[in-house]
Amino acid sequence: MKNEKTFITAAGVIIGLIAAALVYFGNPANMGFCIACFLRDTSGALGLHSAAAVQYIRPEIIGLVLGSCIISLVTREFAPRGGSAPVTRFILGFFVMIGCLMFLGCPFRMILRLAGGDLNALFGIVGFAAGIAAGVFFLNRGYTLKRSYKMQQLEGFVFPTVQIVFLVLLVAAPAFIHFTEADGGPGAKHAAIAISLAAGVIVGILAQRTRLCMVGGIRDAILFHETKLLFGFIAILVSACIGNIILGAVTGNAYFTLGMAGQPIAHTDALWNALGMLLAGFGCVLLGGCPLRQLILAGEGNTDSVMAVIGLMVGAAFCHNFGLASSGEGPSANGKIAVIIGIIVVTVIAAVNSRRQEA
Amino acid sequence: MKTVDARGLSCPEPVIMTKKALSSKDSRYEILVDNVTARENVTRFASHQGYQVAVTEQGDDYLLTLTK
Repeated sequence: MKNEKTFITAAGVIIGLIAAALVYFGNPANMGFCIACFLRDTSGALGLHSAAAVQYIRPEIIGLVLGSCIISLVTREFAPRGGSAPVTRFILGFFVMIGCLMFLGCPFRMILRLAGGDLNALFGIVGFAAGIAAGVFFLNRGYTLKRSYKMQQLEGFVFPTVQIVFLVLLVAAPAFIHFTEADGGPGAKHAAIAISLAAGVIVGILAQRTRLCMVGGIRDAILFHETKLLFGFIAILVSACIGNIILGAVTGNAYFTLGMAGQPIAHTDALWNALGMLLAGFGCVLLGGCPLRQLILAGEGNTDSVMAVIGLMVGAAFCHNFGLASSGEGPSANGKIAVIIGIIVVTVIAAVNSRRQEA
Repeated sequence: MKTVDARGLSCPEPVIMTKKALSSKDSRYEILVDNVTARENVTRFASHQGYQVAVTEQGDDYLLTLTK
């Protein structure tokens, strides 16, 4: 048991340093990793939305899925399964993304924002913990999306194969794929493809081996007083923070700026930062894991998680097509309405799937 | 002896089912899971509760026998 905590802490330290390094190599500030932002950028590159500032096929996503796929094949954990309420999982993924883009980051980036000194993320964490507590409330009342079933081997390889197709599209860059123009916004800021891909693969392998999950840490602590996953969460925070301070000292650029105003790709609306992450945390507990964990499970052949990821990508497209995503200026009116609708929908999903089952 | 079938369920559900079952304070339980994460998590939880856990592979499934 002690070894597990040492391993996930060490993995967290490595992941935090990789995240800090990715910003040095070109990723947007405090965005070494952001599963929500990166899926949103990929949706944009595929033309699912037309926000010109955020369009790029992010190799980190490809690497995460392929890293998890490869290591799970090696450890013989690759197991195609599915059939546990796929449409409900799609809807949950959809609204988790709306919550994330209200806050401007997934739970992973929430930690990285804090590690960069962005104190707005504290309101995110408060909302996130409240959302998780809401999810745990329903878990304790028997919430379940019912069991999944074994599927044929080929089914599990479809999503990883799609990632390879995305990689080919990224490298070949045909005219129908949209890329943010230089200096045109966050989509234009990225590390070299090989660096991003390698970072994704390494983090994918570590996350698969450790079961790292941003929502699982707080969830398991509340549910079982089990702190293993929390160690990974905290290790990322501390190591990314130290990585940022070192990078700042070495390069003279701002990697760590303590404060609330003027933080990169963030806004200062405390209430909506909190409510956005409340929706994300609540939805993620009902899905069984944060967006990063969904990608890792998708790589292991879990097609229910694939549905959640597709929900996240479609949610991101709707966010930009309908003006739901926040900007540096703050949340949009449409976004606020969407987050409220999301909290209601997720609560209904939690309640109707919590009817007590006969033993 | 109580048996819990948590096959096909993803964590934390198998652990929650185990936790609920353990409230009956029996000395022996059998928990059936079908993925490694659930096997690890149920094993960890049961050990914390003072149970010895023996794992038997049954095809694609794992039978965890908890004894006190």
